[in-house]
Amino acid sequence: MQFDSWSAFIAMGGYGVYVWSAFFVTFLCFGILALEAVWRRNKIREEAQRQQARSERIQKAKRESST
Amino acid sequence: MVATRTVFLQLVKRDVRVALRQRSELLNPLIFLLIVVSLFPLGVGPGPDILARIAPGVIWVSALLSAMLGLDRLFRDDFRDGALEQMMLLPVSMEISVLAKIAVHWLLTALPVLLIAPLLALLLNLPTHAWGVLWLTLLFGTPVLSAAGAIGVALTVSLNKGGALLSLLLLPLLIPLLIFATAAVEAAVSGLSAAGPLALIGAFMVLSLTLAPFAVKAGLRVSVN
Amino acid sequence: MWRWLHPYAKSEATFALNQKLLPWFLIPGLVLTIVGVIWGLAYAPPDYQQGESYRIIFVHVPSAIWSMGFYVSMAIAGLIALVWQIRTAELALLAIAPVGAVLTFISLFTGAVWGQPMWGTWWVWDARLTSQLILLFLYLGVMALYVAFEDERAGGKAASILALVGVINIPIIHYSVYWWNTLHQQSTITKVITRFESPSIAPEMLWPLLVNIFAMMALAGALVIMRLNNELLRREVHRPWAQAILNQEKKENQNAV
Repeated sequence: MQFDSWSAFIAMGGYGVYVWSAFFVTFLCFGILALEAVWRRNKIREEAQRQQARSERIQKAKRESST
Repeated sequence: MVATRTVFLQLVKRDVRVALRQRSELLNPLIFLLIVVSLFPLGVGPGPDILARIAPGVIWVSALLSAMLGLDRLFRDDFRDGALEQMMLLPVSMEISVLAKIAVHWLLTALPVLLIAPLLALLLNLPTHAWGVLWLTLLFGTPVLSAAGAIGVALTVSLNKGGALLSLLLLPLLIPLLIFATAAVEAAVSGLSAAGPLALIGAFMVLSLTLAPFAVKAGLRVSVN
Repeated sequence: MWRWLHPYAKSEATFALNQKLLPWFLIPGLVLTIVGVIWGLAYAPPDYQQGESYRIIFVHVPSAIWSMGFYVSMAIAGLIALVWQIRTAELALLAIAPVGAVLTFISLFTGAVWGQPMWGTWWVWDARLTSQLILLFLYLGVMALYVAFEDERAGGKAASILALVGVINIPIIHYSVYWWNTLHQQSTITKVITRFESPSIAPEMLWPLLVNIFAMMALAGALVIMRLNNELLRREVHRPWAQAILNQEKKENQNAV
């Protein structure tokens, strides 16, 4: 461990703002990309469900109208 | 069997003739170049030192922009009236006809620039001993502009609003050329040898003229279908 | 020779491969990131010249390396898409481009916040920085060209061509630092690899840096895989295999809740 205390760790020898903003932005970017991918997958899943339900409804209506 | 050279020359002749019919459009890039170059002294002040300092960059940036202004004509009209599809059906390989197109663009936009380059250098107070190098960078560099520009146009010709996209695509490809061209002229201004950057620009020219036709061909295939 | 490539023209096969690969990227990526970041921030010794500010290197160098690496992989995907007319390669290109652009942005941003305390300026028009900016433009151009086409096939092909043309810039970017040596320090790691020189960086700093480089590659790779899988599912949402996967995922989610 290179630092004596938490406050020294946060201060980074006076360069705290620069070091922490660099790391923060990096992880923010990765986080946004990851969340976007997960959110997109959920959207696709919803869309697929909607389409499946719709095709089932159409099938059902066809069956009913033919009888 | 049709001789490749005949087809090439025929294509060049045809395109030059078509372009000469629209004289105003032909003059546009040249006027643009003159206006930009004469605006700079008004903008940054007429001090001869400053002008000589920024002259290589100004001349090159405006040459680049005026070449891009003329790029639209490269394939767009032919795409609209179907001449492009005819070109694809020619009995020579398409790279030849693409090369003809690039040659015509160079003849119509770069040759005038080469002719008035001394005037631009004079206006911007560039030291006379650097004129030769400036002229050489333009001679070697402008074919790169035409060839790389042809790639960009080939990719965007079928899009309705290709203008801004075209500059986004071309800018990264042309920045190295701009850097080396201005570096060469600046070296010449300060009395150093400009052979290194000039050789690199020459390499860019050879590279782009040999490889660009293949990329243009692939791009046109995407755009036409 | 290239036979092994052909099955992956089918979305289903690519998806299955991706599902298998994903944990191999994601888990080492997360573990190495935690290890590397803590090591780099807390345990690596301070630089004798730059003090603690040099710790930005642990995100700056990995993102700079992989911004170029991912561009090359994107161009390879473009080459495959053009030569073998494989559509999944076009989708891979589309999945790589935003991740690569974000990596380029990270390298530019962290470079700026590193440059401010060290050089006293956020930005200099130095060769390295300029070429990184060019790289960002290249990524943006590829993405913009792709979405500009209404027909996605045409857009994918056009973007592939542009990616291949832009790859000519990669060697220029790499050697620019040797050509003009202005403010930016020479890259420490490539010197080791390309010239067999002893590294000009202390091993106590080099090891966490290497850990971070691999961590970022794995994490960014995992993101690419996730994006590619999403894109595959979105295209094939009507197909039975995609529906089966989506239904199963839904069940798993419900069980988890």
